Amino acid sequence: MGNIGSILNMLKWIGVDSEVCDDLPSLEKAQKLVLPGVGAFDHAMSRIRELGIFDLLNRKALVDEIPILGICLGMQLITRGSEEGEMDGFGWVPAETRRLPDSSGIKIPHMGWNLVTSGKESALTLGFEEQTRFYFVHSYAVFSDTPETCILKTSYGVDFDSAIQEGQIFGVQFHPEKSHRFGAELFKNFANL
Amino acid sequence: MKTVRFGKFRYVGDPANTCRIFNELEVDELVFLDILASREKREPNYSLLRDISSECFMPLSYGGGITSVEIAEKVLKIGFEKVIVNTAALRNPALIADLGKKIGRQSLIVAIDVRKGWLGQERCRGLSGRWNSGLQPVTWAQKAQSEGAGEILLTSVDREGTWQGFDLELVTKVVDAVSIPVIAHGGAGAIEDVSEVIKTAGASAAALGSMVVFQKKDMGVLVNFPETEQLRKALA
Repeated sequence: MGNIGSILNMLKWIGVDSEVCDDLPSLEKAQKLVLPGVGAFDHAMSRIRELGIFDLLNRKALVDEIPILGICLGMQLITRGSEEGEMDGFGWVPAETRRLPDSSGIKIPHMGWNLVTSGKESALTLGFEEQTRFYFVHSYAVFSDTPETCILKTSYGVDFDSAIQEGQIFGVQFHPEKSHRFGAELFKNFANL
Repeated sequence: MKTVRFGKFRYVGDPANTCRIFNELEVDELVFLDILASREKREPNYSLLRDISSECFMPLSYGGGITSVEIAEKVLKIGFEKVIVNTAALRNPALIADLGKKIGRQSLIVAIDVRKGWLGQERCRGLSGRWNSGLQPVTWAQKAQSEGAGEILLTSVDREGTWQGFDLELVTKVVDAVSIPVIAHGGAGAIEDVSEVIKTAGASAAALGSMVVFQKKDMGVLVNFPETEQLRKALA
């Protein structure tokens, strides 16, 4: 599910220890979690249930309250649900995932570099400059119920949430692991939480 | 290696090191092509690709010797976002559909290398320009799209390495014939060429070769890249 290798490469490059967890014992030990993902919503939620990590992830997020960062589809999974699928998401952040609307001159998927503008202040976006840009690949996007959980916004035919936060839980629509120093900054901020 | 019209090989530098410099220059995306893989009938150089992906933090595409879903998956797993097919797809268009289904359209680029014949007729070439498939660019682009290509990397072999500007007529024709993004390649010599091919011909992106590895035409190697601000102005 998604390109874990690129995330490990980036974390190694900025000097942060990380390992791939896909079972209960390794996940149990994690102090911070990155939840990546590329692919279809229902497929990812089913895999999480098949691996038997659904309840543990909920506990890590809601009881232990460790920092969690969802990337791309991983961000969509932490919303209530997506127009892409039938299954429920984790629902850790009061937001939902909808398809990017078709409009003229807009190609879907939204693929390429785009700017982000700041929403609510957050430790994840500390030190971001005016022209901070990230690499995006997605056809579905997250929309928060209230501006309280939106920490970065991006415009592509429509304004959507490019980063969200609820407590220690974060989600980003773009790929920080493929976004040069901008992504490195974000991962450093996450590592410093 | 850098070429002129797919010939005249010129050594530019160690590939991983050159990519590392492009990473420092914060280029938007990197397309890495092994132009001899298909001719020599071999698989990608996975260890080189691993070196590149471990130090380059931008979207990466790879082409050369992608002849099966298994090979494509191996490349993606290394940390590349997209694979590029040309020769194998010309030989077996069903490969595009197979790849599109397994790895997703957004990870699949079909490269179309176009060379003009004696009478000016444009044909798609395989094996780094050596093999004439007999297909016309527009027909093949539409076929590639209907089979499941996510993007097209369109190269004018006649312009490649010449610094004379993109073949705007060719790019316009292909852009108008498909709805997927078209990356224009071959001929860029100045930032104005980039702005023209995107604004006038409608390309979604422009790929640069000689312009970013040499100081000027026929001069020494200097890996470079336009400033973000300069590009933003040119494309505004």
